[in-house]
Amino acid sequence: MLGKQKGKADMVEKSAVSSQQSASKRINTPLAEDIVMSLRIGDMVLVNGLIVTGRDKVHKFLAHERPDKKDIPFELHGGIIYHCGPIIKKVDDAYKLIAAGPTTSMRVEMYEADVIKTYGIRGIIGKGGMGNKTLDAMKEYGCVYLHTISGAAAYLADRIKNVRDGWKIEEFGAPEAMWLLEVEDFPAIVTMDARGNSLHREVENISLEKLRQISQNE
Amino acid sequence: MLKLRDGIIELYKKVATSIPSDVEEALKTAYSNETEPLAKESLNVILQNIKIARTTSRPICQDTGFPVFYVKVPKGLSHQLIRDAIMDATRIATNKIPLRPNAVDVITEKNTGDNVGDHFPFVYTEETEEQTLIVDLMLKGGGCENLGQTYKLPAVLTFGDKEAIAERDFNGVRKCILDAVFRAQGRGCPPYTIGIAIGGAKDQVAFLSKRQLMRRIPDIHPDAAIAELENKILNDINSLSIGTAGLGGRTTAIGIKIATAHRHPASYFVDISFSCWANRRGRLIW
Repeated sequence: MLGKQKGKADMVEKSAVSSQQSASKRINTPLAEDIVMSLRIGDMVLVNGLIVTGRDKVHKFLAHERPDKKDIPFELHGGIIYHCGPIIKKVDDAYKLIAAGPTTSMRVEMYEADVIKTYGIRGIIGKGGMGNKTLDAMKEYGCVYLHTISGAAAYLADRIKNVRDGWKIEEFGAPEAMWLLEVEDFPAIVTMDARGNSLHREVENISLEKLRQISQNE
Repeated sequence: MLKLRDGIIELYKKVATSIPSDVEEALKTAYSNETEPLAKESLNVILQNIKIARTTSRPICQDTGFPVFYVKVPKGLSHQLIRDAIMDATRIATNKIPLRPNAVDVITEKNTGDNVGDHFPFVYTEETEEQTLIVDLMLKGGGCENLGQTYKLPAVLTFGDKEAIAERDFNGVRKCILDAVFRAQGRGCPPYTIGIAIGGAKDQVAFLSKRQLMRRIPDIHPDAAIAELENKILNDINSLSIGTAGLGGRTTAIGIKIATAHRHPASYFVDISFSCWANRRGRLIW
C-alpha cells in the first residue's frame, strides 16, 4: 500500500510493495532541508501537514507577476505545491472536497524552476514527472518531486482531511485556484530527488532503446 | 424533453462515477500480469479507487473531462431540442454530481462554472433508421487529450538522435503510433486506450480516432488486416516498458482501436487519440 489501508477484503491481493508499507517514510510540511536531501528516487512517502495546490494559471501568475510573499495568504517557504485541480463544493461557508488527484506536471515545466527558486518550494506533488530544467532547480535549491497515482481522485481525496482556504478562486476559477489543504498520510513516490536523479528519465531511456529496436522490425 | 434531460443527468452520473466493466476487467488483467512493484501498486490503487468511486458515487477522477456526445436521432426528432436537453442536463449534472467545471472562455479566460460554453459540450448528431434515440457520452480527460498527435505520411520521425522513416503503409502507421506513445510516456495516465484513424482529411481522422475510444476493449475489427495491425501495435507498445503511471511495467496500453477512411491521393493522415486508464463512456437508450 502506498497509504494507510482502510478496507480489508479488497478485490485485489496485496502486492509485494504492500508488505513494505512500514518502509514508507512519513514526512511533515514544511519540509526541512535534511529530510529533502535524505529522500531518494523509489522511496515511498506519506505526506502530512499543509500543502497548496497550483496548476497552469497559478504557475504562470507566480512566474510572471512574482507577487510578494506577503501578498500570498499561504506560507510557501519549505512547502509543497500539488499539481491538482480538485472538485470542491461550497456547502454553506465551508469547502467540501469531493475528488483531488494529480494533473500532468510537465505543462508547468517552463515555470517551475523559477517558482522553486523564488518561493523556496521544497516539494512538488504531481503526475508524469518533469524535465531537466526543474530537475536542475531541484538539485540547486533542495526540492523533490513526489509522484502520486494519476486518476485516483476518490482514493486520494480520502487522505485530504480539510480544505483550509482558497486564493484566486474567482479570478482563476475553482479548478485552477490555489487551495490550502490539510493532508494526512497522503501517499506518493519520490521519482525525482534533490541529487539530480529522475526515475522518469530512466524509464524514458529504457523505452527509447526498445523503440529503436522494434522500429527496425517490419 | 424533461425526461430526456433527466436521463442525460443520470448518464453523466454513471459515466463520471464508474468505468465500463470491460475496462475494469482489462485493468484487473494488467494487475495480475504485472511484475514491477511500483506499477503493480499503482494498479492496486487504481482498482481500489474505482471501487471507492462506485460505492460512494463520487467521480473517479477530479478531471470529469470534456463531455463529448455521439447521438443517433430517429427521423423526425429535432436535433436542436436534443442539444438543448444536453445543455440543460450538463448544467444540472455539474452542480448535482458534482462535476468539475471545465469550460474556460479563451477570450476572457473565465471559467463558466457550469460546463457549458461555445461548442462545449461537443455534440455530434446523426440520423438513424431506428425508432430509439441513442445517446453515447464520453468524458474525455484533458491530460490524455493533450497527448494526441496527427502525422502526415511520409514523415521523418526522430527517435532520440536517430531518424526513422514512416512511409505510406501499415509499418509507417505503426512507427507513428510508437512515436506518439514514446512521447506521451506516463503523462496521460497509462494504461492507455488508443484510438487511431487513417485517412485523407484532418477533421475526418480527428473525429474518427476519438470515436474509436467508444469501442469496447474485446471488440475485434471486422477487417482481418486491421485486426492484426491492432494486435501488433498493442504488443509493440507494451514492449516499450513505460508501464502503469509511467514508472516502468508491462502494460502501457490495454486497447488499440483503428478506423480507416478513404483518402485523397495526395494525403495520408494518421491521427491518434489517447484515453487515460479511466476511459469513461456510457450509453442512454431512450
